[in-house]
Amino acid sequence: MEYILLIISTILVNNIVFAQTLGICPFLGVSSKISSSVGMGAAVVFVITIATLITFLINQYILVPLHLDAFLQTLVFILVIAALVQMVEIILKKVSPSLYSALGIFLPLITTNCAVLGVALLVIQKEYNLLESVVYGFGTAVGFGFALVIMAGIREQLELASVPKGMKGNPITLVTAGILALAFMGFANLV
Amino acid sequence: MSAKINQWQNFSKGLLKESPTFSLILGMCPTLAVTSSAQNGLGMGLATTFVLTLSNALISMLKSQIPDKVRIPCFIVVIAAFTTIVDLLIQGYVPALAASLGVFIPLIVVNCIVLGRAEAFASKNGVGSSIVDGLGMGLGFTIALTILGMIREALGAGSFFGNKFIDGDGIIVFILAPGAFMVLGFLIALIHYVSGKKH
Repeated sequence: MEYILLIISTILVNNIVFAQTLGICPFLGVSSKISSSVGMGAAVVFVITIATLITFLINQYILVPLHLDAFLQTLVFILVIAALVQMVEIILKKVSPSLYSALGIFLPLITTNCAVLGVALLVIQKEYNLLESVVYGFGTAVGFGFALVIMAGIREQLELASVPKGMKGNPITLVTAGILALAFMGFANLV
Repeated sequence: MSAKINQWQNFSKGLLKESPTFSLILGMCPTLAVTSSAQNGLGMGLATTFVLTLSNALISMLKSQIPDKVRIPCFIVVIAAFTTIVDLLIQGYVPALAASLGVFIPLIVVNCIVLGRAEAFASKNGVGSSIVDGLGMGLGFTIALTILGMIREALGAGSFFGNKFIDGDGIIVFILAPGAFMVLGFLIALIHYVSGKKH
């Protein structure tokens, strides 16, 4: 029950994009078509869940016992994430070429998605245990994909609307995201 | 003489013409997340400028040593090192700022502006111009963050750099995430509008 609540809270109440404003670059970049946003969402769920698991274990069993966690955490985590993304790419290419070609260009982009490093650092700040961390990572990533798909749906419709000249492109996307974030505030105190 | 003008252009391009925030739309996460007050925006901007300038300088010095194929991981290691330095410095000397910026200080490492300048500028130019480029871009980012923070703080809390000028609360939604998206959206629209009129 506790874990179900954690998932609901990470997807709706503390949505990574709309409440914590993390992962905005891919959110603005890849949310113009529903099909590509689903691909990006799936890739992010995959990477965040594994990255959270591995960085948690490295922090717990290597960095903390050696008292290195204060000044090597950022460096080690970002390298682990970069290596992991590369590894996932290679493994997927071998094991499931169809999934690989579907995710294709989105995989290398994930290294610079600050949501991945953000989640890895947040679970340690919040002092979660292993299972809680992985559930938190998974829920956050699903919330990210959810936000991406909603936004893509709106942006596909937005192309048909007549937008004032100065508002075209990024400004209207940001204002739309703001209104969506306002809607997501309605979920506050749900859990 | 011409070299001096070039350095000035190199420095000033980050302020408005190629402002990382308003025209390139880079580094959005810290831009939206920490600008709930002008002070936070200024602090974040200066921390990023520090990392940007020093990593630009070091990468420019090492550019002939770094093999082309593994340059991105090398850049990330350099940037992560400076980010850790700035993180520890802020925690040590300005604990209040560290508390309000939280996880966003270590996240400077994935700020696209820093890696973007390393790849686009520092890996191709000399040390001097790379430092100038880092300072200019960092200052442009700082100014953008401070302006955004000032607007949001004035609307959301009714204060200016922490000094209250109205009684009671402001429109609280402007300090929260929705306000961040909307203020930035309208600010970029205003810049589009003004620069569109000039042409």
